[in-house]
Amino acid sequence: MIFGFSQNNKNTDLPSVDIKTLTGETFNTSDIKNPDGPIFLSFWATWCKPCIKELIAVDENYADWQEETGLKVYAVSIDDAKSMSRVAPFVNGRAWEFEILLDPNSDFKRAMNVINVPHSFILDKNGKIIWQHNSYSPGDEDEIYKILKKAASENNSDNQ
Amino acid sequence: MNKLSFILVLIFTSFKLFSQEEKKDYGEFHGNFELNAQTYAPDSVIDAETVDDIMRANTYANFTYTKGKFSAGIRYEAYLNTMLGFDQRYNGQGIANRYASYTSENLEITVGNFYEQFGNGLIFRTYEDKTLGIDNSLDGIRLRYAPIKGIRLTGLIGKQKLYWEYGPGIVRGFDGEISLNETFKKFTKAKTIVIIGGSFVSKYQKNLDPIYNYPENVGAFSGRLSVSRNSLILSSEYAYKINDPSSDNGNIFKTGNALLINTSWSKKGIGFLINILRLDNMSFRSDRSATINDLNINYLPAITKTHAYAFAAMYPFATQPNGQIGANFEIFYNFKRKSILGGKYGMNLNINYSQVNSIQKTEIIINPNNEIPNLQGYTSDFFSVGKELYFRDFNIELHKKISKQLKAAAIYMYEDYNKLVIQGKYGMVHADIGILDFTYKFTSKQALRVENEILITKKDTDGKKQDHGDWYMLTLEYTSSPHWFFAVSDQYNYGNPEESRRVHYYIISGGFTKGAQRIQLNYGKQREGITCVGGVCRNVPASNGFSLSVSSTF
Repeated sequence: MIFGFSQNNKNTDLPSVDIKTLTGETFNTSDIKNPDGPIFLSFWATWCKPCIKELIAVDENYADWQEETGLKVYAVSIDDAKSMSRVAPFVNGRAWEFEILLDPNSDFKRAMNVINVPHSFILDKNGKIIWQHNSYSPGDEDEIYKILKKAASENNSDNQ
Repeated sequence: MNKLSFILVLIFTSFKLFSQEEKKDYGEFHGNFELNAQTYAPDSVIDAETVDDIMRANTYANFTYTKGKFSAGIRYEAYLNTMLGFDQRYNGQGIANRYASYTSENLEITVGNFYEQFGNGLIFRTYEDKTLGIDNSLDGIRLRYAPIKGIRLTGLIGKQKLYWEYGPGIVRGFDGEISLNETFKKFTKAKTIVIIGGSFVSKYQKNLDPIYNYPENVGAFSGRLSVSRNSLILSSEYAYKINDPSSDNGNIFKTGNALLINTSWSKKGIGFLINILRLDNMSFRSDRSATINDLNINYLPAITKTHAYAFAAMYPFATQPNGQIGANFEIFYNFKRKSILGGKYGMNLNINYSQVNSIQKTEIIINPNNEIPNLQGYTSDFFSVGKELYFRDFNIELHKKISKQLKAAAIYMYEDYNKLVIQGKYGMVHADIGILDFTYKFTSKQALRVENEILITKKDTDGKKQDHGDWYMLTLEYTSSPHWFFAVSDQYNYGNPEESRRVHYYIISGGFTKGAQRIQLNYGKQREGITCVGGVCRNVPASNGFSLSVSSTF
């Protein structure tokens, strides 16, 4: 549940936390944006089986969903210094085309009040969190798709 | 500042902010809640510890408030009583964490409890991990300042949390980082990305020892460099610590050092990874007599692979701060769709090898008759590898989608595990592990997962199976998306050298998830073992009974 009121200084529900890109550069989480459609934001780790299953399911549908809703996927890895360097070859080895971010000391995870991974959020075009879900079961992608479609159609009606 | 006055300040500050605002902007409240409870039934066969209070629960709840540039939060924790396997000094309830923070364009001020990491954490990391029962947050002040684009400075001072109290030492630290590409215009479009950083951390603890002159201020330095170009990422960090006699190193007056090198090369469909880590006398705590997971100032990451399957994780490596040298190699490969091995849907391959040994040590002998205790410890040749094997892991993982309904994973793993060094009991364990995991999706929402695992240990020279011998596990898990799951699992220790211990550890579980709300109930027997995150481990005692977990994010 989100108790958000007039957001004057930022147009996203996401907190502003400095995390890292795969090459070690600083990235502020309030820059997680997608003017073309909804955002699927997933907290995951290379050692988390259900997380990887969820991202595989999203990957299998990514091209279709992108075409239909303008979706952009951000996968935030909470791998710490132990396995952080594993993220780039892991993601490329699977040929995923998501935006990958690193949260090695769980600062963003904590700011989002995430307890366990996988934990995913869907944000609409205006940066509002409209859905979140903890854990993954095969078939959850159907619900994700439903929410994405809804978010995309609401966005379109905003524009008219 | 005591808890009450802190909360009052918090309320007052928010009130003031409200009244200044013309539009009614009340900011945002968020939080989460987690409860884990367990009942403990007597079970002498599996050595389950019995407790008088029958049921125990660990509970946490975070509340955060954000409004514009201001944020604050508190965490309530209750351990009534502390679940077995966690440090019993947690017993009790109250506000375990509170902070307030203000961020302007290039300055961030935080007071209260905070978590921070410099570089890879080799000389400084405060973090929390509820599964390990770790929370070494600093309670103090942190300033972050970005004077120009690409430069970040962090300074902090505080005392470390030790369960419901504080450690005796004061920790002070400074970190600076520069991203050349962001700072210098001529590098903005360069293909090579270079980031340089350095930290200094010092702890102060009064010396009360009547005989030895232990250093009261102990400093540690580290420098790091990260260079990446196209598909290549190279990052390294070197850390050095002045002499720091502690109960970890046997109170020797010796300096410590650490070197970490991570290299990866990857492009679409293929990836390589090499990690190298050498540690020598790098335990660093804000109390020189602290033990187990208490009051660590730094974090020494194990570079071995973290395994997710139960038996692959049965013998996990834990970092050896007093000295270790090791390397980790990994290959990731994606067999394309419609290739010979890839088949219709493609296939993923992952090969991993890691090995960790002791470091070479030559004891310093001051006088051969040992009249004076050896306070210098040893010397160590940086480039030679010690003879004692601590850990070796070779594993191959295959993941394949066979049809629209069926997905499979297969793993083979060979492991050498020096249990005596890592856990302080038994000796060397050699284990072969095999895993087959099938997921069959029989409708668009319903799936059945069948997981088979086997672990076989070698026979020792006396003909007895090593450690607890052989294991077989079968798990059946039914999921109905997006809400329900039910599972039954049995770990059968059929090859235990002691016949009376050939026990079935069965667990029945069910859970319901709705959005970010989750509830799960288990019943059964938990085997004794260790659970590790990032090379830091905690013992999980054997138990028999019900366990309940409830979690919610709001």
